[in-house]
Amino acid sequence: MPLPAEKTELEDSPIPVGKAASPWGNATFRSVALAAALVAVAILLLLVWQLVSDSLPTLRAFGLKLLASEDWNAGAEEYGALPFIYGTVVTSAIALVLAVPLSIFTAVYLTDLAPVWIRQPLVSLIEMLAAVPSVIWGLWGIFVLVPWLRTAVFPALRAVLGPIPGVGSLFSGPIFGLGYLSAGIIVAVMIVPIVTAVSREILRSVPNLQREAAYALGATRWEVTRIAVLSYARRGLLGAAVLGLGRALGETMAVTMVIGNSPQISASLFAPGYTLASVIANEFGEAGADRMYTSALFELGLILLVITVVVNVGALLLVRAATTKGGSRFA
Amino acid sequence: MNPPLGSPEPRTYSEPMRPPQPAVGQSPQPVRQIAISVEGLNLWYGKNQALFDVSLGFPARSVTAIIGPSGCGKSTLLRTLNRMHEVTPGTRMTGRVRLFGDDLYRSGMDPTILRRRVGMIFQKSNPFPTLSVRENVLVGLRLNGVRDKEVLRERLEECLRMAALWDEVKDNLNRPGISLSGGQQQRLCIARAIAMRPEVLLMDEPSSALDPIATARIEELVHELKETFTIVIVTHNMQQAARVSDHTAFMYLGRLIEMGTTQKIFQRPEHRQTEEYITGRFG
Amino acid sequence: MTTVEASGRRLEDQHQHRWRRFKSGAMSALAVLSAAAVILPLGFVLFHLLLQGASSVNVDFFTRTPAAPGSPGGGMANAIAGSAELLALATALGAPIGVLGAIYLSEYSSPAVAASIRFVADVLNGVPSIIWGVLVFGVVVVPMHGFSTLAGAVALAIMMIPLVLRTTEEVLLLVPGGYREAALALGIARWKIVVHIVVRTASRGIVTGVLLAVARISGETAPLLFTAFGNLNWNLGLTQPIAALPLQIYTYAVSPYEDWHRQAWAGALVLISLIFLLNLSVRFLTRAKRL
Repeated sequence: MPLPAEKTELEDSPIPVGKAASPWGNATFRSVALAAALVAVAILLLLVWQLVSDSLPTLRAFGLKLLASEDWNAGAEEYGALPFIYGTVVTSAIALVLAVPLSIFTAVYLTDLAPVWIRQPLVSLIEMLAAVPSVIWGLWGIFVLVPWLRTAVFPALRAVLGPIPGVGSLFSGPIFGLGYLSAGIIVAVMIVPIVTAVSREILRSVPNLQREAAYALGATRWEVTRIAVLSYARRGLLGAAVLGLGRALGETMAVTMVIGNSPQISASLFAPGYTLASVIANEFGEAGADRMYTSALFELGLILLVITVVVNVGALLLVRAATTKGGSRFA
Repeated sequence: MNPPLGSPEPRTYSEPMRPPQPAVGQSPQPVRQIAISVEGLNLWYGKNQALFDVSLGFPARSVTAIIGPSGCGKSTLLRTLNRMHEVTPGTRMTGRVRLFGDDLYRSGMDPTILRRRVGMIFQKSNPFPTLSVRENVLVGLRLNGVRDKEVLRERLEECLRMAALWDEVKDNLNRPGISLSGGQQQRLCIARAIAMRPEVLLMDEPSSALDPIATARIEELVHELKETFTIVIVTHNMQQAARVSDHTAFMYLGRLIEMGTTQKIFQRPEHRQTEEYITGRFG
Repeated sequence: MTTVEASGRRLEDQHQHRWRRFKSGAMSALAVLSAAAVILPLGFVLFHLLLQGASSVNVDFFTRTPAAPGSPGGGMANAIAGSAELLALATALGAPIGVLGAIYLSEYSSPAVAASIRFVADVLNGVPSIIWGVLVFGVVVVPMHGFSTLAGAVALAIMMIPLVLRTTEEVLLLVPGGYREAALALGIARWKIVVHIVVRTASRGIVTGVLLAVARISGETAPLLFTAFGNLNWNLGLTQPIAALPLQIYTYAVSPYEDWHRQAWAGALVLISLIFLLNLSVRFLTRAKRL
C-alpha cells in the first residue's frame, strides 16, 4: 500500500491541508451573487422612482384631474387619461371574454379528455402560439384579420346584435375595421397560451382522488370535470384568468397596430380607440423636449404600471395558493 | 509543511491520551490510540434534542460501528465528527470533539479544512453526474489547487486500486461516473474520499442501498482500508457491524448506551437494552 | 310501494341518464372545438407568413439595407445584424446577472429572502414591455442625449434578468442536495462547490433557460421603440440608433408603401423562423437528458 503506516505522509501530501485555498473566495462570490439578486429589486425601485419623478410636472399641475379628463390634446396642454384607461379596460375585457372560456375548455381537454397521443403535440402547438411575437400578430391583424372582420364578421354582428336593446349599443355605429373589437380579438389570441398553460397546470394539480371519487358516484365525464375538477380548481382558474388580464392590459404592439389610435371614448366596440400602452408607444418618441407632454406620458406609464402590478400580484397569489408547490412556472 | 490547523506546535500523534472513555477503557486489548474523542456532546435540531451527553472515543486504524434503531442519533453523531451537521440550519451543539487532540469546534477551525482530514461516504452513492470516473476521483484535489499532472495520475490509480475499482474501470476512465453499477458507484465515492488522504473515513450506512454481493465487496474493502484509515461506520445492519467492526457503540434515543469491542457487545452486552436490540427483541 | 311506481321511476332515471350522457358528450365536443379554435390562428398566421413573405425572402433581403421609401428592392441586412447585436449584448448583460442572482437564491439566501426576491422577479416579469422602454429612455437615452444600441440592449437585458433568474433557480433547486454534501465532505470551498459542482450539474437547464429568454425577447418591439429607435442605414456602433428586425417589421407594416409591406412579411417570416429555431433547440436540449 502506498500510504505508509505512520501518519506522516501528510507531510508530502500535495494538498495544503492546513490552509484554506482562498479566504476571500467564499465571501467575494457570495457578495457578487447577492448583488446580482439585488439587481432585480433595484430595477423595481428604479422603475417606480423614475416613473414617479418624471411624471411630477403633470402630477403637480393637474393632480387627479388627469385621471378624470376625457380630452387629450398635447398642443393645447390638455392631458386626459380617461380615453386610454377606457380603451385599455375595454380591449382587455373583450380579450378575457373570448380567451378565458376557450382556454379553460382547452385545458380541460388537455388534462382530462384528449387521447394521450394528442396531448403533447397540442401542448407544443400552444407553446408555438405563445412564441409568436406581438408585432407579427399586429402585422397579421392589419393585413388579414381586420379586412376579414370588417367585410365579413362585423356587418353580420351588427345585423344580429345591433337591434337588441342595451347590448345593441356595443354593436352599432359605423364599422371602421380598426377598433376596440379588433384589438380585443387579437389580444385574446395572444393571451390564450398563457391562460391555457396556467389552467392546465392548475387542473393537473387536482388530486386524482377527486376524479375517482366522482366517477365512483356514477358521474358522467362532464360531471366529473364540473364537480370534481372545475369546482376544486375554481380559485386557481380565476388566477389564470387574472394573469391573462395582466398580459392583456399591457399588450402594446399588436394593439397599437389595430386599435385605430384615436383618443376618444365610444360606446360602440366597432369604433377606433386608444390604450395606455399604445399611446405611449406612438407618442413618446414625438413628445421630445415638451416637458409637460413627456411628463403626461410618463404618468400614463405610471398608471399602466400600477394597474398591471396590482392585477399581476393578485393573480400570483391566486395561482400560488392553488398550486401547492410554491408558485407557478408561468406566474 | 503547514502547522496543523493553526495550533502552535507541529501536529503529533503521540499526545497524551484522554482519560479512558467509559466503555473503551474496558477493552480487553491494549488501549489503542484514540483518533477521535467525543466529550459530553449534546445536539439540538431546533427545539428537539437529538444527542444527550455522548462521550466516547474512536480508536485509530480500526473500524468502529455505531448501531441502534432508526432515529437513535447514530447518523447525527457521525455528522458531528466532520461538522457536516452544520449544513442543516437550526442545529446547536455543546460539548467537544477532538481529532488527535485537536478541538474540531474551536474558533478558527475551518470546517472545510477539517473535512479534508475527515472524509465521508454517504448512504446513497453520489458520484457527480457531469464528471467522468477520473474527474470524480480527482475533483477534490483539483478544486483544492493540485495541478501537477503526474501527482494526479498517480493518485488516481492509487485510490482506485485502494477502492478495489481499478481493474473494473481502468480501460475507460472517461466514462461518466454515474454509468457505473450501484456497488461500483459507491466504491468510486470511496476512491473520491480517500483521494484527499483523510485520517478518518466516516461511512453512513454505505451499503444499505446495495445488493448482497456489492455489500460484501464494500465490507471487504472496509477491512482493507482500516490498515490506513480510522473508520467509523454507521449501520442498521447488526450482522454487518459484527462482520466489519473491531469496536461497536450502541445508541438509543440519542444516548450512548454501551460501547466496547464488537465481540463483547455481541456476546456479553452489559445493558439490557443492548442485549434486547442485538437479539432482535427490541420494540 | 307498487310496481307501477317503481318502473315509472326507472323510466325517469333512464331519461335523466340519457340527458346526462348527452350533456357530457356535448361538453366534450365543446372542449375539442375550443382546442381547435385555439390552434386555428397559429395555422392562419403561419400560412399567411409563408404566402406573403416567402417570395420576398431572397439574397437581397439578407445582404442589402432598406431601399428608399416606396422604391422596390433592398433588404433587412442591417436589421438582422442589429437584432443579433442587441440580443448578444442583452444576453451578455442580463444572463450573468440572472444566473448569479439565482445562485444566491438557491445556494445562499434564507427561504424568506429567496421568496421575496422571487416575488419581485415575478412582478418584473409581469410589467408590460413598453414600460421598460420608458424606463430606459429616462435612465439611458436622456443622459446619453440620444437613442443607441446600448439603450436597446439595456432594455432587453432588464427583461431577461427576471426570466433567467426564475428558470435558473428552478434547475438549481433540482440538483440533489447529496452532491453538495458529498463535495462539502471532500473539503472543497463552498463557492467552488457552487461553481464546479452545482452549476455544472445544472448547466444544461441553465442554458435552456437562457435560450428561452433569448427567444422570448428576440421578438420584442415595444421596449426598442425609443431606446434602439431603429435605423434605415447600416450601423453597429454602440452609441448610435440601431435597426432591429421586429422594429423594422413594425415600421414597414404601418407605412403606406406596398413594397415595404412585402418586406415586413418577409421580415416576419425570418423572425418567426429564428424564434422557432431557438425553441426547437431548447426542446432538443431538454429531450437529450433531464437537467
